[in-house]
Amino acid sequence: MNRIDQRFRARRESGRKLLIPYIVAGDPSPGETVALMHELAAAGADVIELGVPFSDPMADGPVIQQACERALVHDVTLRDVFGMVAEFRKGDDETPVVLMGYLNPIEILGYETAAELAAEAGVDGLLTVDLPPEEGELLVPELEKRGLDAIWLIAPTTRAERIRQICDLAHGFVYYVSLKGVTGASTLDVDDVAAHVEAIRAATELPVGVGFGISDGESAARVSEVADAVVVGSAIVRRIGENAGDAAAMRQAVTELLRSMRRAIDAAAPATA
Amino acid sequence: MSDNTAQSAEVDYARFPDVRGHFGRYGGQFVPELLMAPLRELADAYAELKDDPGFQAELDRDLRHYVGRPSPLYWAERWSRRLGGAQVYLKREDLNHTGAHKINNTMGQALLARHMGKTRVVAETGAGQHGVASATVAARLGLKCTVYMGSEDVRRQSVNVYRMRLLGAEVVPVDSGSKTLKDALNEAFRDWAANVDDTFYIIGTVAGPHPYPRLVRDFQSVIGREAREQILEQTGRLPDALVACVGGGSNAIGLFHPFLTDTGVAMYGVEAGGEGIESGRHAAPLTAGRPGVLHGNRTYLMESDSGQIIGTHSVSAGLDYPGVGPEHAWLKDIDRVHYTSVTDDEALAAFHELTRCEGIMPALETAHAVAYTARLAPRMPADQSIIINLSGRGDKDINTVAALEGIEV
Repeated sequence: MNRIDQRFRARRESGRKLLIPYIVAGDPSPGETVALMHELAAAGADVIELGVPFSDPMADGPVIQQACERALVHDVTLRDVFGMVAEFRKGDDETPVVLMGYLNPIEILGYETAAELAAEAGVDGLLTVDLPPEEGELLVPELEKRGLDAIWLIAPTTRAERIRQICDLAHGFVYYVSLKGVTGASTLDVDDVAAHVEAIRAATELPVGVGFGISDGESAARVSEVADAVVVGSAIVRRIGENAGDAAAMRQAVTELLRSMRRAIDAAAPATA
Repeated sequence: MSDNTAQSAEVDYARFPDVRGHFGRYGGQFVPELLMAPLRELADAYAELKDDPGFQAELDRDLRHYVGRPSPLYWAERWSRRLGGAQVYLKREDLNHTGAHKINNTMGQALLARHMGKTRVVAETGAGQHGVASATVAARLGLKCTVYMGSEDVRRQSVNVYRMRLLGAEVVPVDSGSKTLKDALNEAFRDWAANVDDTFYIIGTVAGPHPYPRLVRDFQSVIGREAREQILEQTGRLPDALVACVGGGSNAIGLFHPFLTDTGVAMYGVEAGGEGIESGRHAAPLTAGRPGVLHGNRTYLMESDSGQIIGTHSVSAGLDYPGVGPEHAWLKDIDRVHYTSVTDDEALAAFHELTRCEGIMPALETAHAVAYTARLAPRMPADQSIIINLSGRGDKDINTVAALEGIEV
């Protein structure tokens, strides 16, 4: 059982909903990422989603686009990101790390090499935004061989039959994109999310994470009532951007937000154990 | 070259792309899950309408009476004589309504949008030609229209920006990334993702996720079908060579596709060599790039060793794009089409040459094809013929040309 399964199982047993923050590796600078990952884990992150910067992030809104641009000023590569995860693993062998990014940096490195380096570094899963299951034949077998999870997205536009097909392929958890649009949008409709999560649960036993449009404790708490895990990206990345010149202030702003979300989620669904 | 064409004669081009949009290893659907359903909806609608006689009749009527088709095939006799080799024919797409080949595609896609019940269209544009062609058909069909354009291109092509606004379109300058065509595509995809229910994305070239490369090719193939008939009528035989500029590659595919099985017809796709391939400042992914994944498809790209898309340069905004349609990537690999490049300076010289010699002012994009033909024609005998896709007119570029020459207009 890999770290993702262990973590979800443990949290499910204790009745605690998972909180999954997203940051872009190398934002605002490569030297700060590993320390920030440890801070996230200490502030209540159950899984860390580490964004791999890409020049053309077509599914991301301006906040994450700018984070990618800040990281790419330092020429942060996929190999560098593997190095950051390996460094993080020296101090934390339990918190699962999922890389989230786009296909091209993986494609150019080579599918086998990318999967091999990811496994060696201690990565647990890959979420590749512009790779639907139909195109997964080069990457997915390489991940599976090494016990890495391919995390798949389900969107508000995904119909029931396709939800089943995606869930049949899924490992770890499935990630429901809670709105039509890009990351950082702010029009979350929790009733609508609940209906879709219910449709996903009809198709799989796997835990369901929900992301896109969750910006504060209140929205996190409301989503946690229907989902197993709450993913928070732009709200955190915005605080990194606002404090890019001051590492201490940046870590404080990020961890304050995460702690407030953690409290709100735990208050909405108190742990049973 | 005869070896290459003999080899590719065995390819059944009608079988490509396959049902999932692949041309060999290229093409496909590399998009966020959110867009998979709308792409499916589009593919289904297109599959139903493309063989529907009513839809085809409607499109044919608009192409004839609104766009002005068929466009002439003109024998550039004086220029041919000056080049001293093959006879050069110009397929006059510059004479279409809005001044370029782009409207063949926007007309088709906008009719498709209306049949699908969409009330709004979005488009990306580089030189502004596709944006103008989209804004035009949107006005004609009463659809709302938003055009994304890199802020750098907004500056370079201010006349087209004003044209789009006159036509009722909202033009949104894109400030992210390199502020050019690729960033406009990103932003158009983001808009589409947020508005899939009522919005149709009119992609302007033979790139993007399936079914776009297929449907844009089909809509643009009217160029090659007409040219084939016209050259047979005028010369009694097929041409010996076809030449077209390649940015995303829609005008080139439009001319080439109906001739692919004609093994005696050589084809040349001309990319933007910018300041020269060796300078690194160009927009020639087929000439100097490598395969990767961007904007929904696998194709040749301009990218760094770590897979980041790198900045491109061309004097012509319409060719300033780091990717290319996946069918071109495949036609390169199977050696059916020869891809090459010319520099900014060669294109500018050709712009002047054709303007002064024939009274036809080509777009700077098109001038790349003209420039390559000036190299090719003298190497061919006088009883052979070349068709250039004269894909757009140069009026939109006169400010750029004047500025480069230090002239105030």
